[in-house]
Amino acid sequence: MTPFSVVGLSHHVAPVELRERVALPVEEAAGLARALGDAVCLATCNRTELYLAGVDETEAVAALELLAGEPLADIAYRLHEVDAARHLFRVAAGLDSLIPGEGEILGQVRAAYESVTPGPVLDRVFRQALAVGKRVRSETAIGESPASVSSAAAALAAQVFGELAGRRVLLLGAGRIGELAAANLASRGAEIAFVASRRRATAERLADRFRASALELAEAPARLGEVDVVVSATAASDPILRVGDVPARRRAPLFFIDIAVPRDLDPAIGELAGCFLYDIDDLEAVVAETLAGRRAEAERAEQLVADETDRFLSWRASLDVVPAIASLRARAEAIRSAELAKVEGRVSPDERRTLESVTAQILNKLLHLPTVRMKEAAISADGAVYADAVRHLFGLEDDS
Amino acid sequence: MVEALFWPALIAYGEAAFAYSSARTARAATWGVRIGWLAQTALLALQAARADRFPWWSFAGSLNLFVWLVVGAYLIWGCRPRFRLLGLTVMPLAVALFLVARIGGGTRVAGGDGYGTVFLVVHVGFVLAAFAGFTLAAALAGLYLWQERRLKRRAPDILRLRLPPLASLERLTRRTVAASLPLLTLGLGAGLLRMRHDHRSLDALEAVTLLTWLVYGVFVALRPSGSRAAYLALGGFVLVIVARLALAGSHFA
Repeated sequence: MTPFSVVGLSHHVAPVELRERVALPVEEAAGLARALGDAVCLATCNRTELYLAGVDETEAVAALELLAGEPLADIAYRLHEVDAARHLFRVAAGLDSLIPGEGEILGQVRAAYESVTPGPVLDRVFRQALAVGKRVRSETAIGESPASVSSAAAALAAQVFGELAGRRVLLLGAGRIGELAAANLASRGAEIAFVASRRRATAERLADRFRASALELAEAPARLGEVDVVVSATAASDPILRVGDVPARRRAPLFFIDIAVPRDLDPAIGELAGCFLYDIDDLEAVVAETLAGRRAEAERAEQLVADETDRFLSWRASLDVVPAIASLRARAEAIRSAELAKVEGRVSPDERRTLESVTAQILNKLLHLPTVRMKEAAISADGAVYADAVRHLFGLEDDS
Repeated sequence: MVEALFWPALIAYGEAAFAYSSARTARAATWGVRIGWLAQTALLALQAARADRFPWWSFAGSLNLFVWLVVGAYLIWGCRPRFRLLGLTVMPLAVALFLVARIGGGTRVAGGDGYGTVFLVVHVGFVLAAFAGFTLAAALAGLYLWQERRLKRRAPDILRLRLPPLASLERLTRRTVAASLPLLTLGLGAGLLRMRHDHRSLDALEAVTLLTWLVYGVFVALRPSGSRAAYLALGGFVLVIVARLALAGSHFA
């Protein structure tokens, strides 16, 4: 059976100075994998891992050492068979990431897999990894639990609008907190259309970063009809927007995020039809709730990984007995064919067909149970014993 | 054989209705929907093969077909994990109506009635398909109102118990209604032509169905947004329920 293993470095064991030396773009990572043989190289900013099928691990470590410029024998981890598979499944699920549940890694695993032409073992284990990564994302909310107020604000906006691509944002205040919230919205595709501050010059500095228009705070109410999301984080002591500033009839909803203390936005805005208003307390309550949920989601994700690891184990174990099963069936088929050849010419074509059919059925029924039992035994680690027994009982030693 | 297919379909739908209550079993629920729908498809196919005419002309038979259409429409996109709560609305309804169809004899091979198959396919088939679409649209509208209420109330678990975004729910409701209305128009048109041919006047069900058509026509023409659209879709659905359950007996008799 082709041995399967992984050799690598990640943020768990290697500092960033080392990780950046072994980090490779996808094409170079694919080149390294091809040079090693049947291998897949997964290289991201947080990990460089070589998944190997029948490739000598020392060669893989040497390749990494060449990139790192230092010995890695004590740092690089080496995992084998089911441990290596479990590791890959956790990586694809985002459970091994710096920020557990982050979604980018699944695309990186796919890119690494598709950049080479892996053999059957790597092909199988990577397809399983992609499937488990997809399941974790679709069946758990681990990747959707925001860990900060600004990311919660963006996630809430997505609960209203769905995709944020093309949604326009008005940012009130040019401070650090507002900038973070705007960056989170922008990372989801929203367009930061306006940045308003008490002084236009302050607004312009941040507006340049987001390619937005700079405004003075007094101009902001007039722009409410042109935006979908309003983020407010000024140091003003009086409300910036009052309920009367909000356009009365809007077909599309308007989402307000008030992360200022004291609050910038009149709470009555949240009562208007089509308007949703979240202040800092609301956002912190959402974050606290989702962090509690993240732990539960991580448990569910780990269970999905465990299920997939069991499937991998079963598949690998079944490979132990496949040669014995194949030999047994080939021997039985040879005997059947030889016996049928003896009656050749003594039976009519119809009788011949009947004999073919009947003997094939007898053979299948006789061999069905031993085949199933051997596969079951393989999973419970008795596979090799059973396979040896079958070879001995049926005289298959010469066939293997 | 035909009746025997009822049970696997009912059990699978029942499993789905129950399993959708937990995120952990949502996947099993989705398989329940798929398997149940396939079993019901086989049941309908056998009914069609063994009947000499359109087999779902009776009230109970049309309920059977209606359930199949509702679940089929739900299967198109409703099985995604985000729409788990939609399954929790649709599948119990499907189970209940399927049982009513069975009790009324709608899952047996039916004899023909006085109408031609082509007329019944167009009239019953299209009207039921439209009603199935409106049922789904109503479930989406209900989800919309619930999600909007949670957002308005700033529920802390808003990101834990995730529903589809408001924009998606609104868009899907609108599309479902827009796709269903032409079917109702065709089915209703066929019925009205037949009524004229038979020199009959409108019965109560036909009047309510016309009113339903009017409500959804207003929905499509005015393209309301937000909660107004959701309430209008739900208002139309109340008429669908009245037409399907309260008044159906007289029309089918």
